[in-house]
Amino acid sequence: MADVLAFENVSIAYDHRSGRQNILRDVSFTIADGEALGLVGESGCGKSTVALAAMRYLPRGMSIVEGRILVEGRDTAGLTDHELSRIRGNRIAMVYQDPMSSLNPVMPIGRQLMEVPLLHGETDEAAAFRRAVAMLEEVRLPGAAAMMERYPHQLSGGQQQRVVIAMALMAEPALLIMDEPTTGLDVTIEAAILELVRELRAKFGTAILFISHNLGTVARICDRIGVLYAGRLVETGNIASVFHAPAHPYTRGLLGALPRLHGGRRRGRLRPIEGTIAAADRARMGCAFAPRCVYAVRHECEERPVPMVPANGSDAHLARCVRLDAIRASAADAPTIGNDEPVAGDAPILLSVRNLTKEYKLGGMFGGTGKVVRALTDVDLDARAGETLAIVGESGCGKSTLAKIISGLLTATSGEALIGGTDVATIPVDIRPPDLRRQVQMVFQNPDSTLNPSHSIAYALTRPLRLLRNLANRDAKAEVSKLLAQVRLPADMAERMPHQLSGGQRQRVAIARALAGNPGLMVADEPVSALDVSVQAAILNLLAELLESSQLGLVLISHDLALVRHMADRVAVMYLGRIVEYGPVEQVFAPPYHPYTAALLAAAPTPDPDAEPPDRVLEGSMPSPTDVIVGCPFASRCPERIAGLCETTPPPVRRFGEHRIACHLDLDGTPAQPAAETGGRVGIRSSIS
Amino acid sequence: MLRYSAKQLLNMALTLFAVSFLVFALNELSPGDVARKILGPYASESQVDHLTVQMGLDRPAIVRYFEYMGKALTGDFGDSIVFRMPVADLMFDRLGNTLLLAAISFAVIVPLSVVLGVLAGMRERGWFDRTISVFSSMCASIPEFAMGVFLLGIFVVWLGWLPGTSPLRSDSGWAIWMQFVLPVLVVTFYDAGYLIAMVRSSMVEVMRQPYIRTALLKGMSFNRVVSRHALRNALITPFTVILLQLNYLVSGLVVVETLFAYPGFGRMMLEAALAKDIAVIEAGTLIAVSVTMLTQLFGDLGYMALDPRIRV
Amino acid sequence: MTEIIHDIGRPRAAPGLGLAGDAHVGLLRQVLNILTRSPLATVGASILLAWSLLALLAPWVSPYPPNRIDVALVADPYPSAAHWLGVDHLGRDILSRLIWGARTVLTVAPIAVLGAVVLGVFLGLVSGYRGGFIDAVIMRIGDTLLAFPKIILYLIIIAKFGASAFNIIAVITLSSAPIIARIVRGVTLDVKNRDYVAAARMRGESALFIMFVEILPNARGPLIVDFFLRLGYTTIAIGVLGFLGVGLPPPDPDWGGMVKEAYGMIFVWPHMTIIPALAISSLVIGANFLATGLREASLDG
Ligand SMILES: Nc1ncnc2c1ncn2[C@@H]1O[C@H](COP(=O)(O)OP(=O)(O)OP(=O)(O)O)[C@@H](O)[C@H]1O
Ligand code: SF4
Ligand code: SF4
Ligand SMILES: [Mg+2]
Repeated sequence: MADVLAFENVSIAYDHRSGRQNILRDVSFTIADGEALGLVGESGCGKSTVALAAMRYLPRGMSIVEGRILVEGRDTAGLTDHELSRIRGNRIAMVYQDPMSSLNPVMPIGRQLMEVPLLHGETDEAAAFRRAVAMLEEVRLPGAAAMMERYPHQLSGGQQQRVVIAMALMAEPALLIMDEPTTGLDVTIEAAILELVRELRAKFGTAILFISHNLGTVARICDRIGVLYAGRLVETGNIASVFHAPAHPYTRGLLGALPRLHGGRRRGRLRPIEGTIAAADRARMGCAFAPRCVYAVRHECEERPVPMVPANGSDAHLARCVRLDAIRASAADAPTIGNDEPVAGDAPILLSVRNLTKEYKLGGMFGGTGKVVRALTDVDLDARAGETLAIVGESGCGKSTLAKIISGLLTATSGEALIGGTDVATIPVDIRPPDLRRQVQMVFQNPDSTLNPSHSIAYALTRPLRLLRNLANRDAKAEVSKLLAQVRLPADMAERMPHQLSGGQRQRVAIARALAGNPGLMVADEPVSALDVSVQAAILNLLAELLESSQLGLVLISHDLALVRHMADRVAVMYLGRIVEYGPVEQVFAPPYHPYTAALLAAAPTPDPDAEPPDRVLEGSMPSPTDVIVGCPFASRCPERIAGLCETTPPPVRRFGEHRIACHLDLDGTPAQPAAETGGRVGIRSSIS
Repeated sequence: MLRYSAKQLLNMALTLFAVSFLVFALNELSPGDVARKILGPYASESQVDHLTVQMGLDRPAIVRYFEYMGKALTGDFGDSIVFRMPVADLMFDRLGNTLLLAAISFAVIVPLSVVLGVLAGMRERGWFDRTISVFSSMCASIPEFAMGVFLLGIFVVWLGWLPGTSPLRSDSGWAIWMQFVLPVLVVTFYDAGYLIAMVRSSMVEVMRQPYIRTALLKGMSFNRVVSRHALRNALITPFTVILLQLNYLVSGLVVVETLFAYPGFGRMMLEAALAKDIAVIEAGTLIAVSVTMLTQLFGDLGYMALDPRIRV
Repeated sequence: MTEIIHDIGRPRAAPGLGLAGDAHVGLLRQVLNILTRSPLATVGASILLAWSLLALLAPWVSPYPPNRIDVALVADPYPSAAHWLGVDHLGRDILSRLIWGARTVLTVAPIAVLGAVVLGVFLGLVSGYRGGFIDAVIMRIGDTLLAFPKIILYLIIIAKFGASAFNIIAVITLSSAPIIARIVRGVTLDVKNRDYVAAARMRGESALFIMFVEILPNARGPLIVDFFLRLGYTTIAIGVLGFLGVGLPPPDPDWGGMVKEAYGMIFVWPHMTIIPALAISSLVIGANFLATGLREASLDG
């Protein structure tokens, strides 16, 4: 039987005004019936183009300049539009990255599902309806029949993606293409979707092309993997073989750059891949990776095309590199292991937050809806000089609100945030005294909006120098090069405009800007989550260096547990605006766990094919923050819930030294005081003050 | 929905109130003018003063304003100085003519713009799109009076096919329907040029959305994707704008009416403005503003009906 | 770890109009770059440029004084070698009147639009950045102004204050400013939540600085496009007022007025109306083409 999908030496180019650009070059792979192939690579490497080319749906201006694409043995080049439409959605179906925008906003989802069978042979509306309901049940959507009437915006992100998956499976296709299906979803939702995909695959035997930038998700789903770099496949092989013995320097780099959940604290450094993919790399005659490769030897690597050769002596594992033997012999990229010395815990406290609560009133100024969103409830924590306090939790749990209150971009409803003895919880940054303002600075998530596109890098750095350190214009200019050097950027970068910098470089400038006023505390809100793995590693290393060379305190906000494990000294785990677990990092990442922490840890995808799949994934999603919570905030999803108790009574706080967990379970800590008497949070306070 | 409409209606009433007061204040700051206008330039000062007192124009403006509004609520808008008849009757007459022209034009413009805009926008930068884009941009650029002059030059002066004036009288030698052709054409060119561009750009925007790709990759043909998935989405944004054209068609036709001597609302306002016929200006403004606000309200309601994401 | 990372990275498309104030490329080069990318913009810019040159050089290029009456010429008013576009019903040279008329339009229209931009930008920035009550008040006033059909607003004001260049400018400024304020407010609402504005607040910049230095430059793309669109509409508005007889006072040439004066004679001497109508159309087409072309070029990035 023919492979469901085969790429034979496919090259794709994009023609535009200034000439032709290669998007894919000489890409070959096959997917056998029922097989799952993962395709990984950094942004812009051509992953989505592979997916769209398989569907024979390329953007205007792009064309296949060489090679063939076969679907179930048929070359798709000669097919008419009509023939193509019988393959699309029927033999190959696709699941997209952003489920919300992939669904028609003004059509009920039931209709959108029914369209698939009706397009591919089914003539009976009622039968199509029944099949759609059955498929919604298959993807575990509650109340499937009622779901049919809903519009996409009435579903959560996870539910939307389930609908898209159901839609793709409606015609029982031979191949399912998933382009970053879980990117942008929370880890627990991601884990649930990945489990669903594994299950459905076992049931329907559908082959899968799984595209992702996340090695962990690929490890969980796929049998084989292909690594794409600058439009070329640089390594293919079985998952186990590639993850355990990566051959190509790029693959080795990707794996080395990842912080590990089971690694140690940051005393060791990650191994970034220096540089970025440049547009010119796609046109290179020799190895596209050469400009960033530490093993590159000019005459061997750059002068003629590099073929795919067997790695580790097996035809099942190929790599596009001429120096495989030399590389195998070198031990240069041994994985990083940090040391796990507990923190001393006696550094001076820079910031202490007590009982902080934030409510947003919904609705406009006239006649609001009267609803109140509780973004933060009684948050307590301390940040110390020279330490990293990580705040971890899923989207919407209140991480950014907390960061913004600390830095004065928002004000709290009640509670206090003490910085050097002053309570700043209700003082917006605009009216904070200059010295307090200088004390706390912030690094933001999105490299595209962190710098003003209308002003140069020099502007971004001189303004804070002038305002926060009162430097004269001349002195500020001189200081700019020092700041740039501190974040490892060349001094001539100052003259550039933000759009001339890569995402990683912009994030470095943002860090330099935060450092400009010599702050005591830096608040970094997801500073690397928008960056590619290799770039992310370099930024994390930079932060680690800064922390070691100064007494700077860092509040690091992240949804990525492995990153938190790597960077943090202390960790606060947040759920629905509350801190459910808090303590030194090595204690939070070891039992006893709060059930939510345990679920997060199980859900986090690790780049290890041997890792057990999570034995249990969380159902549902976080309750709406407008709901009034009486008992434990996690009760609606908790696998350990004690019925009749957890929903009605706020959980007590168990203490294990500095480590504290808010839960009704008996976790072998100090005996819990009855919550009714102490009000729960009193226990938390006494544990840290 | 009901609550929203009620709120909007209240809003409307408030705005109307503000507008009427503004116009009243602007025009009534110098009361002597009114009597002078009525009596003509040769009347003596004392005659003017006498009439001013007789008409009660010497009382404070605010008192007269509420008196005016009180009467207006019962349908009495005073008398027109220029047209020498009650303003209410005049309005009824002229508004009727204008509404007729507006209705015909609207019935031509809307289908035309939607069809051309959708066809152009569904294949962005195709030859049809480029042609329509340039054409609509040009139409929207030619002022109505210029377009009127061109069409008049061709169809009346050169070919002699159509009448040059549209007084809506059958004794002018031309059938009434023929008197509508040129005014409707001029309005259509100018207004459709703008609307086509609106619909087109909304359609282009929609065709770029990922859900269009989803539909195509389900195996649906391009034409069906356009009619089933793109169309409704593409009409959401232009809907309000389309309705707002009613507003232009009611009170913005002064140029066309002047060009073709059409006895409509706009020309009446122009003549009233030239002659400072305050009663007419005041009442006309109130009508024009009410039309604007009503179309806005209906625009919002229709918008909500089209887009399930909007709920109030 | 002291190595310097010196990669160029993948340059991203410049935001806004592509006029990103790129430090290394001159503004002129960027403008030319956009113009060459969009044929529509090139055509539009050429038309505008041609009329501007004629207007600027009117005293030197206009063949006759625009108001010189020579009734003898009315016997044969059609275009000739001496009068390329013919003469009007008073024997005045049409070409000269067009050239001087361009001068009027191209002074009044840009001033009116700039006035609207200044007022609109200020109100839009304050409204969007401050929000709350101030925003509600400003927008309410704007909505009320917009509820007046524009032509009626003109008529009311002109009925009260009479027709003059100043009044026309004032009316256009007042009626366009709310629209520009809306555009700027929209951009402001978007930009004020960007991280770089938060960063500016965190270093203690004043609200005025943030509005004008951090936010405003990012609105220049839509503002430039709108400027040319509005220049077109304003030209139409001035023409319409002239045509209705409530425009600039005679005898100085005004395109709309020229059409009006000769309109009654269209059956006898059609060129006297058609030529000025063509002139005004061409100017508006130029402005609209330029605006459309610029918008397309900016969407291409
Ligand atoms: N419509 C297009 N026109 C021109 N170039 C394009 C187009 N789409 C993609 N490209 C270019 O093709 C290359 C590969 O794009 P593709 O979207 O396949 O990458 P990707 O790996 O999926 O990236 P990401 O992870 O960011 O989605 C990139 O350099 C991109 O700039
Ligand atoms: S071919 Fe050379 S440059 Fe390319 S990956 Fe191998 S060693 Fe590095
Ligand atoms: S208190 Fe109950 S519901 Fe909450 S985490 Fe503990 S066991 Fe689960
Ligand atoms: Mg992609």
